[in-house]
Amino acid sequence: MRSTILAAALAAIVATLSGTAAADPIELQWWHAMTAVNGERVNKIAEDFNKSQSEYKVLPVFKGSYAETMTAAIAAYRAGKAPDIVQVFEVGTATMMAAKGAVKPVYQLMADAGEKFDPAAYLPAISGYYSTPEGKMLSLPFNSSTPVVYWNKDAFKKAGLDPEKPPKTWPETFEAAKKLRAAGIPCGFTSAWVSWVQIENFSAWHNIPIGTLQNGLGGPGAVLEINNPTVVRHIANLAAAQKDKSFDYRGRTTEPEGSFISGECGMIQNSIGFYGAVKKGAKFAFGVTELPYYPDVKGAPQNSIIGGASLWVMAGKKPEEYKGIAKFFTYLSSTAVQEKWHEETGYLPITKAAYEATKASGFYDKNPGTEVAIEQMTGKPPTENSRGLRFGNLVQIRDIIAEDLEGAFSGKATAQAALDDAVKRGNALLRQFQKNTQ
Amino acid sequence: MERRVVFGGWVCPAILLLPQMAVTLVFFFWPAGQAAFQSLLRGDAFGLTTHFAGIENFADLVADPNYLGSFGITAFFSLSVAVLALAPGLLLAVMADRVVRGAAVYKTVLLMPYAIAPAIAGVLWMFLFNPGIGVLAAALRRIGVDWNYLLDAPQAMLLVILAAAWKQVSYNFLFFLAGLQAIPPSLIEASAIDGATPRRRFWTIVFPLLAPTSFFLLVVNIVYAFFDTFGVIHNVTQGGPGQATEILVYKVWYDGVVGLDLGGSAAQSVILMAIVIGLTAVQFRFIERRVHYA
Repeated sequence: MRSTILAAALAAIVATLSGTAAADPIELQWWHAMTAVNGERVNKIAEDFNKSQSEYKVLPVFKGSYAETMTAAIAAYRAGKAPDIVQVFEVGTATMMAAKGAVKPVYQLMADAGEKFDPAAYLPAISGYYSTPEGKMLSLPFNSSTPVVYWNKDAFKKAGLDPEKPPKTWPETFEAAKKLRAAGIPCGFTSAWVSWVQIENFSAWHNIPIGTLQNGLGGPGAVLEINNPTVVRHIANLAAAQKDKSFDYRGRTTEPEGSFISGECGMIQNSIGFYGAVKKGAKFAFGVTELPYYPDVKGAPQNSIIGGASLWVMAGKKPEEYKGIAKFFTYLSSTAVQEKWHEETGYLPITKAAYEATKASGFYDKNPGTEVAIEQMTGKPPTENSRGLRFGNLVQIRDIIAEDLEGAFSGKATAQAALDDAVKRGNALLRQFQKNTQ
Repeated sequence: MERRVVFGGWVCPAILLLPQMAVTLVFFFWPAGQAAFQSLLRGDAFGLTTHFAGIENFADLVADPNYLGSFGITAFFSLSVAVLALAPGLLLAVMADRVVRGAAVYKTVLLMPYAIAPAIAGVLWMFLFNPGIGVLAAALRRIGVDWNYLLDAPQAMLLVILAAAWKQVSYNFLFFLAGLQAIPPSLIEASAIDGATPRRRFWTIVFPLLAPTSFFLLVVNIVYAFFDTFGVIHNVTQGGPGQATEILVYKVWYDGVVGLDLGGSAAQSVILMAIVIGLTAVQFRFIERRVHYA
């Protein structure tokens, strides 16, 4: 027994030594924030890539929440131990972009490595978010989502509404919500990610600006403009509906999700990434439809914008490491990988080819509703107001908006006062970011 | 003749003091010094552009009404937590002190919450009271209470105070119980023979003799409410609704870790450090004078 272990140990040592002597695969650290099914997929993608060739080895490392992952990468960079690839949520985009010298833009990475790379292969509604105004891609889109409406068909039946006809406009939504309340449903509808859905996407969907300079995509000098009459009216309507719980605010980010799955809320506006959880957890028939709009707003509905995260490459690595990262990005963008990612996680496919392949496979017919998100994003070519947004300190600005909306929904402030305050405090943060990064 | 232990030379005491000094230097003075230095700097998160900003970070804080508002919130929160953790702790200790049969069981059960980390305590209370999934939240709604601490500021404050205090009751209970058991029974027996009621015995003998313990616990509880309650706030309200439960230490974390504004965050932690040093000094100077050490 002992001799076997000894022999095994010896063999291992010899293997390691000879391995170092020969070409050891170059290890590439990939820090991410994906949990559950998504985390498993991340590991599988890395595993499959590692098996597909022997030169490079991608090592995925789970680093906690989005904010924690980003903070960890920044701290590691300061300590000179940055990972090769880090997944950064969309609101961190401006911070990463401003860190010139700390990151390596993807378009440059691909060109340096001589890797075939066509930015036009990516869905513009997604890649636009992570590109310069000139269309140069800075980070590789990874998991992208957009908000949609989920409705509870059983609750609609109970309230005497047509379960196959979800409300299309905001007036219809409020009316349906009132009927749901009258039928004894505790909450007509709720919204997850209140700033992302009710302010950012609401604005893009109605083709009105969130801020100046193409929502900040044009430069760091942008100011917020969310205290415009259309948004103010919308928030006032939500605050009024809050009084009889036809709209019920149930938290800033994902907290409201449980309220829909439990059947307490008849409708929820939430990310398409929530689809899997509803399918698995809901004990009622449900449907997915496009976000509602105000029919009197010109140009509505326009297109919705994304959320999610992209992959950033850190600066200061060796050329052969960059070569490996470029190869991995090509693999990641391949149709087969993207199609599987889209179908298993619910996140959007990032390339046109993957979208077409999914369509051809009949996936959308088998899973009605999954196509809504992509149609909603690509239905119309994006305008200056709907291409995306890029603001420094956006993490805090979102919290400020949520704080002020909480004030409006609880009746402490009027919608106008709440949004004025959000603009004032948000702009102060934008100027602070500008000052700190220049 | 006074007899005293005297060390020959300074080497032996220096060696004995060294470990403690090293720990204090490495884990307190060094980071505190770094924070003080960082508070004078401004720059991006990556440290690519850093420049000396003088007192700019502090000036920004003083001009921020939300930061000033956080002081009031912190004062109310800390005081409430201290009172709500001390009073039940004392009451339970007095009760447990009288128990003859099964005393160990009572003590063990009462001590258990102390073994729970603040973050876990926060999660437990959040699960009970979350408007979407909480069992007790559903029960409250059924009896007609409009329970939604995500929108209702007083409800949110009440919840975080209860969660933070609940955990600390055990700690206070333990110290009060030890304090009670250190009181010579002869004193109490003597007053009982003189005809003092249990109530009178408590207020004239037990309570004054507990003063050193109470004072110690007051300091510890205030410090606990200032710093260790971060986990509770983070897991229950994240400082909301609005900024109704954003206490100072939560804001330090938020601006530093989420906001990546290291200079501003460091400036806040310097201010926080000054407050706690000041508070402790005041407590020692003015309250300790009235404490009678037996």
